Amino acid sequence: MRWIVLPLLAALDPPMRAIQRRIGIERLAYVFLLPTMVIFGIFSFLPTALNVWISFTGGSSTLVSTRPFVGLDNYAQLLACESIFVPKSCPVAGFGFWTGMWNTLAFALVQVPAMVVVALATAIVLNRKIRARGFWRALFFYPVMLSPVVIAVIWDWVLKRRGILNALLADATNAYNAVLAWLPFQAEPVAAFQPVNWLGDANSAWPFFWVVFVYSWSHLGFFMLILLAGLQAIPKDLYEAAEMDGTPPWRVFARITLPLLMPTLLVVLVLSLIRAFQVFDEVYVLTGGGPGTATRMVIQQIYETAFVSEPKLFGVAAASSVLLAGIILVLTLVQLALSRKQAGG
Amino acid sequence: MAAVLRFLTRTREPGRLGWTDILAYSYLVLGVVLILAPVLWLFVSSFKSQRALIESDPRFLPYEQVMVTLPGSTRPVGLVEWKDKDGTTRILAQIRPSGTDVIVADPAKPGETFAVPRRETKPHERVHVRVENYTEPTLEGGRMGTFYFPRYFANSAVVTIVATLITLTISSMAAFALSKYRFRGRDTFMFLIVATLLMPATVILVPLFVVVKNFGMLDSLWGVIIPGAATPTGVFLLRQYMLTIPDELIEAARMDSASEWKIYYRIVLPLALPALAVLAILSIIWRWNDFLWPLVVLSHSENFTLQLGLSSFKGEMNDATHYLLAMTVLTLLPVSFVFAFLQKYITTGIANTGMK
Repeated sequence: MRWIVLPLLAALDPPMRAIQRRIGIERLAYVFLLPTMVIFGIFSFLPTALNVWISFTGGSSTLVSTRPFVGLDNYAQLLACESIFVPKSCPVAGFGFWTGMWNTLAFALVQVPAMVVVALATAIVLNRKIRARGFWRALFFYPVMLSPVVIAVIWDWVLKRRGILNALLADATNAYNAVLAWLPFQAEPVAAFQPVNWLGDANSAWPFFWVVFVYSWSHLGFFMLILLAGLQAIPKDLYEAAEMDGTPPWRVFARITLPLLMPTLLVVLVLSLIRAFQVFDEVYVLTGGGPGTATRMVIQQIYETAFVSEPKLFGVAAASSVLLAGIILVLTLVQLALSRKQAGG
Repeated sequence: MAAVLRFLTRTREPGRLGWTDILAYSYLVLGVVLILAPVLWLFVSSFKSQRALIESDPRFLPYEQVMVTLPGSTRPVGLVEWKDKDGTTRILAQIRPSGTDVIVADPAKPGETFAVPRRETKPHERVHVRVENYTEPTLEGGRMGTFYFPRYFANSAVVTIVATLITLTISSMAAFALSKYRFRGRDTFMFLIVATLLMPATVILVPLFVVVKNFGMLDSLWGVIIPGAATPTGVFLLRQYMLTIPDELIEAARMDSASEWKIYYRIVLPLALPALAVLAILSIIWRWNDFLWPLVVLSHSENFTLQLGLSSFKGEMNDATHYLLAMTVLTLLPVSFVFAFLQKYITTGIANTGMK
């Protein structure tokens, strides 16, 4: 590695030396910043401005100059509903958008609290005097390393109708009944287990539940790690003093752990909320948004409006993105303010 | 087993295991089962025969029916077990079905066929690890429909390696400028870099696509590599680290009339190696696992990355589960190895930056 990289960097020395002679040492900083700023400029700032412009244009041309200006037409298609709480009362584009938006909101409101509570519990357990802590910590973190596609294949395989989960539940039911039959007194056996179509049953909440579960399964370790770092930053002598006073554990948690962890907890909450609003990969590969539109999230709606449907409705997709960007923007600003406050003590 | 138990139950004060300790360890064990069992199930399933997968055989080991080719025939037939009237179990070759019976013969005497009720037979099985699930789509150049694993693997490797090298280079250059120079507009640049956090690729999908298309990078690996090459996380991680490098070292090098570029790559880069390692690992994970952006940019299947290939294979080939599972295992192996060897750097690195 070193034998490839070093000569390459050395080869850049003569031109950089020439530039340095020309513009001086201090202004060389701009040259060092140039590649990063060029990429940010072209692939982050320019698209942000274009996003707003495209949301006011129609047609399916990808040449920005040839796209006809349509004013607020795209936004009207998304917002001209009798009620945005009833997606059916919207035009076609608005129906898809609000279905995705409400699904995403429901997802975020269920997934974030559930995952943060479990992540916090895990971090607290790992913060105890525990043997082989590094080993446990690594295991809980492992799913974070796996790709969304791999995760979806794994869970699809576990959850399919004739999959291992249904087989295990059937075995468990049979075993339970077998034990009941052995008992000296009469007990009513439970009905034989009927396989559940976990990801495909449109008349149940199972697909939504499993989408929340699988997504939390794969992201839990990351937030657990941040919370663990926050817990380890709490001074140990506080706990020692509490122990000497004979404070009960729940009180230690309520009076010491929770207040001192609050800044970290808030960052974790907002960060996981930002992520939850952008949920796509795992869900798209696992359920494709189905059954029906039960797990169809707003990013999937934007992606399909722009790149899958015919004709490709770039304007409507851009308008949807602008509305979503507003939410992400507010959340990210809150997160930055929290992080800054935390760093400032 | 006893040694494992002793190891797990050892606490600071030997012999004292409070109920909270028991609760804590039960929680951890339950969590680990929930995390590892599905991955392990994928792994053992990936060595099963296509038939066992279609029938969703719930057994842990990869069983499959033993097949034989009888003399005078070219077609292999399956062996079944059948209990004779005297109670001995005979192993017979199943020649053809006949109503509710099957016509069978002793493999040693294939000429003498007779009928037994199908209900009384069960397949004669052995454990067979099907390595073919792995070798057929990889070593034997196996193109399956449009699925071409070696190509996808190579594409993913190119994207991951090239993007990581570019990210490391340009992020360290920017971090060097922001940490070691005083110049006009430094705070503005810092602000602009933070501001990119407000516009994740997911909310600028359409215009990003338009820009990439106008640069002619659509459906090429460059279109996947370049837009994400600059990362605010990377610049910040490196800048924080470089602030701890003493300025005296740089002044001394300037005294020796080293050029600024030389100071960057001979002094600052080697000293920032721990932070560069963390960023390298993060970048490798991001790029290897990336899905939505490649999905938008790449349209011809020969340009697909592994994640795209795998997901389209999952959608198209419902009867090729044995290949899908094996290729999924191959996809998760590289990151699992990186993790196994470097988990300490990864976990501390992420805990310190709070970013993924």
